[in-house]
Amino acid sequence: MHTLYNLVSGPLVWVAFILFIGGSLYRIITMAILAKEKDGAVYAYMDTYHAFRSIYHWIIPFGSRNMKRKPIMTSVAFVFHACLILVPIFILGHVMLWKESFDIAWWYMPDLAADIMTVLVISACVFFLVRRLTQPEVKYLTTASDFVLLGIVAAPFITGFWAAHQWPGMRTALILHMLSGEIMLAAIPFTRLSHMIFFPFTRGYMGSEFGAVKHARDW
Amino acid sequence: MTETVIRSRKIKEKKRVYPPRRPVPDLGLDKGAEKLTPERIESTIRSVLDNETGARLKVYVDTCAHCGLCSEACHFFWSHDGDPSYSPAGKVKQTISEIVKKKGKVDADFIRGAAEIAYTECNLCRRCSMYCPFGIDIAYMMLTVRRIAHLLGVVPQYIQDTAHSHSATMNQMWVKDDEWIDSLLWQEEEAAEEIPELRIPLEKEGADILYSVIGPEPKFRAQLIYQAAVIMHEAGVDWTMPATPGWDNSDMCMYTGDNEMMGRLKKVHFETAMRLKNKRIVMGECGHAFRSIFDMGNRWLAWKMPPIPVTHAIEFYAELFRDKKIKVKKKFEKPVTLHDPCNIVRGRGLHEMARYVVNEICTDFIEMHPNREHNFCCSAGGGVINTGPPFRNKRVEGNRIKAEQLFAAKSKGAQVVIAPCHNCHGGLEDIIHHYNLKMELKFLGDIIYEVMER
Repeated sequence: MHTLYNLVSGPLVWVAFILFIGGSLYRIITMAILAKEKDGAVYAYMDTYHAFRSIYHWIIPFGSRNMKRKPIMTSVAFVFHACLILVPIFILGHVMLWKESFDIAWWYMPDLAADIMTVLVISACVFFLVRRLTQPEVKYLTTASDFVLLGIVAAPFITGFWAAHQWPGMRTALILHMLSGEIMLAAIPFTRLSHMIFFPFTRGYMGSEFGAVKHARDW
Repeated sequence: MTETVIRSRKIKEKKRVYPPRRPVPDLGLDKGAEKLTPERIESTIRSVLDNETGARLKVYVDTCAHCGLCSEACHFFWSHDGDPSYSPAGKVKQTISEIVKKKGKVDADFIRGAAEIAYTECNLCRRCSMYCPFGIDIAYMMLTVRRIAHLLGVVPQYIQDTAHSHSATMNQMWVKDDEWIDSLLWQEEEAAEEIPELRIPLEKEGADILYSVIGPEPKFRAQLIYQAAVIMHEAGVDWTMPATPGWDNSDMCMYTGDNEMMGRLKKVHFETAMRLKNKRIVMGECGHAFRSIFDMGNRWLAWKMPPIPVTHAIEFYAELFRDKKIKVKKKFEKPVTLHDPCNIVRGRGLHEMARYVVNEICTDFIEMHPNREHNFCCSAGGGVINTGPPFRNKRVEGNRIKAEQLFAAKSKGAQVVIAPCHNCHGGLEDIIHHYNLKMELKFLGDIIYEVMER
């Protein structure tokens, strides 16, 4: 148990962060080079103002027509993504770890807020799961990997909640929490979770094409 | 459109089980697929994936989160009661993502099916890019499928014939060089009965404007050339038409995946305007030709923007009204509605200008919903109508939502649909007939000709 704990709380953290940061940089750089070679248009037509105009309309809730048409999905998706990013950064336990390891610290959120937001993430995962299983147009597109990804995202939150509340088996839960968090970080650059790093580019390019060349809105 | 109306629009009847797809018999697709070998399929696909695509396709395939949010952008999806195999991402799943995943190891049946989807079930209208949160360009992916199918020789027969015409004559309709000139002289003669001093200037070097049309105008809709000549004459515009190949701005090769021919066509077109030293090209009311000149053909020739300014008819008419070059005798009184063509609205943002022109010439304008960038395609675009009679029913039945949209405008009083695009005309005509909507269909030019002072 101790060796396992030491492994997931030590070397694997480094591995996960290196894979996450290094992998993201690797993906962005290789794609940028490939685009330079094969998709000259991307560079020629990318337009800062219109790229950000489009990104802006797609990162604020209900900023696009499709989001307005689907209020439930939009609300869930925004709450999900916001909590998914905020909780790991601002939860007290994590801030403490940064303080202990590197003597850096920042604002942390009250435990109650962290609890609520964690439950929101887990509920959103359940919502996405149900949506995948019941909506014909989503079900049709679903592959096994989609369930795996959903599991990868939900796992750190479920185990984290478990460990934080010191429920029975919390030691195992803590180890699983760290392990699943590491898996998620490492998976981001190399799976469809990479939409996190590619979103600004795909959206920005479409915004540039629509805005600068075609003089139309894309939201 | 008010948001409440948008929200209330839901797929009426989502089913659990959808009828299986049946391939539509087509000589081009069937015979083409028969000739394929696994080696040829694989090497062709690899060559396209390795040499002609890159980061865009990779990122698009890798980042699609399979969320299905693009579905309701597509008129095919709506018109098939939410059949997921007609959603944009559904079509990607059945075609390019499989091709990429298997690295080209797919069989002839698969290619045939993928070609049918890419050529006849997607109008490349780009509406889905406005519904995908990531802005994935699904039209580009479908064009990549078409490119592969073209190189493999699996293209619907009718549109391939059109592409052959382009290669042989540089126009879409097998119009011979002398027939072209004859048609212009004939229209000049006809118009001279009305306005004796009217001319259709041919080969006038240094004229401000080169007026270009699509192949079907001299072939089937010669009155459009007549009308354009009257408008030019009354507006006192310094214009000309070429007497050589290069007069046709249309481009079905862009849609078959024959990029090399697309480039040749646009080169001839641009060079004709250069030869005649015209200041700009003004083109008739066509959508796909605009896409070819302004967006795709120029890029193939490595021009970021067209080498000579290109003005679409809508912009040109707006200019004439703004500068008071044509005056309206009496506005058109029947209530009209306006169809926003994809290639000049999502493709050029001409929707407000179109409304300005409509309001200049009509008294009663009724919006159809959704409109502007969010308008539904006519389902004829992207070369789909050019795949001909075998796919007619599929095209018309695949756009029931358009009929509903038109019907809603009709129930508010609209009697006339204005569609400033040739393909849209063809598509809407079929839809109006098939669904028995009993609406009239007009070009902006038709109405301008009717109401202008002359």
